Amino acid sequence: MNIAVLIRQVPDLAEELEVADGGTELDREYLTWVVNEFDDHALEEALQLKDSTGGTVTVLGLGTDDIDEALFTALAKGADRAVKVGAVDGPVDSHGAAAAFAEALQNESFDLILTGVQAINDVDGQVGPLVAVRLGLPHVSVVTHIAPADDGTTVTVNQEYAGGVLAEFQVTLPAVLGVQAARAVPRYAPVSRVRQLMKTATLESAAVDVAAAGGLAILRMSPPEGSGHAEMIEGDADAVVERLAGILGDRGLLPG
Amino acid sequence: MSQDIFALIECGAQGVAEGGFELLGKARELAEQTGGRAVALVVGEDVAGLAGELGAAALVVAVQGPALAHFTPPAYVSALKGVLEEHEPLLTLFPNSAVGMDTAAGLSAATGLPLAAYAVDIGITDGHPVITAQLYGGKMNVESKFAGGRGLVTVVAGSFPADAGREAGSPAVETVAYGGDEGAVRFQREIVPEAGDVDITKEQVLVSVGRGIGDEDDIEVAQELAEALGGAVSASRPVVDAGWLPKSRQVGKSGQKVKPKLYLALGISGAPEHLEGMRDAELIVAINQDAGAPIFGTAHYGVVGDLFDIVPELTERVKERAGA
Repeated sequence: MNIAVLIRQVPDLAEELEVADGGTELDREYLTWVVNEFDDHALEEALQLKDSTGGTVTVLGLGTDDIDEALFTALAKGADRAVKVGAVDGPVDSHGAAAAFAEALQNESFDLILTGVQAINDVDGQVGPLVAVRLGLPHVSVVTHIAPADDGTTVTVNQEYAGGVLAEFQVTLPAVLGVQAARAVPRYAPVSRVRQLMKTATLESAAVDVAAAGGLAILRMSPPEGSGHAEMIEGDADAVVERLAGILGDRGLLPG
Repeated sequence: MSQDIFALIECGAQGVAEGGFELLGKARELAEQTGGRAVALVVGEDVAGLAGELGAAALVVAVQGPALAHFTPPAYVSALKGVLEEHEPLLTLFPNSAVGMDTAAGLSAATGLPLAAYAVDIGITDGHPVITAQLYGGKMNVESKFAGGRGLVTVVAGSFPADAGREAGSPAVETVAYGGDEGAVRFQREIVPEAGDVDITKEQVLVSVGRGIGDEDDIEVAQELAEALGGAVSASRPVVDAGWLPKSRQVGKSGQKVKPKLYLALGISGAPEHLEGMRDAELIVAINQDAGAPIFGTAHYGVVGDLFDIVPELTERVKERAGA
């Protein structure tokens, strides 16, 4: 089975996010970028499928500034090809990313196209279904447990609902799946291996235009207002424990 | 183009789902402002009979056919595309569930209508919908409007009161027959999770662990506090994905919705998907190293600090008191 994995970088939530002057986008100057965690799950699932049934894994990364390292990392994890899609020099929404991915995929032939179910900046929806409809392919999101049939023409997948309820679908290939979680925790690539590949491996590139295309006008971006914010308990561990025990005691939540 | 507000109403074996009433109540409120109708969209094999539950709608559009007996993304997109093109609603609301995400994004691509995702609020300003979405793991609110005026919205569960849309009645019903087949995605079966050793929806005290717990072995720290408090350990999604706790312990959008007397969130950042499952707890206490963690926007009490400094000592204190 030949699998494509679509990956994007998103701002690292471990760092503080600042809104740029104008108030409608993040200040990109200080942003640290990381691969969307669900895209990482999609890559892991693809590598697991390759391990169990053979085939190839091709990673397509949207061409943001630091995507090269993410693509070399994907190669170090076991991907066979890495393709940089376009060159991003401004904000890109999901529709724009999907259009770029779809164009890059047009002249390729894959059985399965995997991407993360969502990303933290999907203001205009999720890339998986947007890519699928553009390519005229079936799609399912919020997917776990991808199992290929022996004849390679279909997969069965689970889609997750509230309360842990699942639907099992049989999906005719080729198809686009939005991965919620891989069957295993995404693997790490040794840094030494990534560095080595940076010297020896070559990234392919797909020359496509990338621009926002979702038709949304952003009016304002701001941290949620402090209404209903928790009462913060200050002090060293002893003081915090004292106060917490008091709060729980007052509400009859302590035994004895 | 009409001024109508459509809402995709999810329904199951028990009839209209709670989230359906949340959307319908909001649709009615918005329709009053735009001068249009609130229209409930129901999709299934034979769903026109649900209209009696949908009295808050001025019109129920029942899209029906054998291929729609169960949700599958391509059939839903294909069935609803024609409905939206014929009625041209100002706004169509979808739940931010698996069903709503697949359908709304698919329809956006299929119809060219813009989509605003993860909405927690919707207003009408100068006749145009303005959508407030919660993005970046709950760390940023983004307000937007549709460049062309019309569009689709996916709404985070719990954003609007269900009671505002829960009304019996006999609205007009328009049925639309869908003759398509299931196509490339075929429903096989529903899988209901096996009950776990503990039913976290019935516990009065939950000590819940997130990514910040760091390591499987350290869940013991939470377990000891839960035992001392007579409760159980639950978790956010990454802990369950890592295989450290069973799925039956997961709180949130694709896990359980809980409402304990005490919810102690340890190392849980508070992404919207998690908050959806626990925001109705009577008392929420959060301990997190990130002062900017969104969980502090929902918790009643918060501590910025290392949970490993605080939790073992709190456990000792609880045990002392129990022994006293």
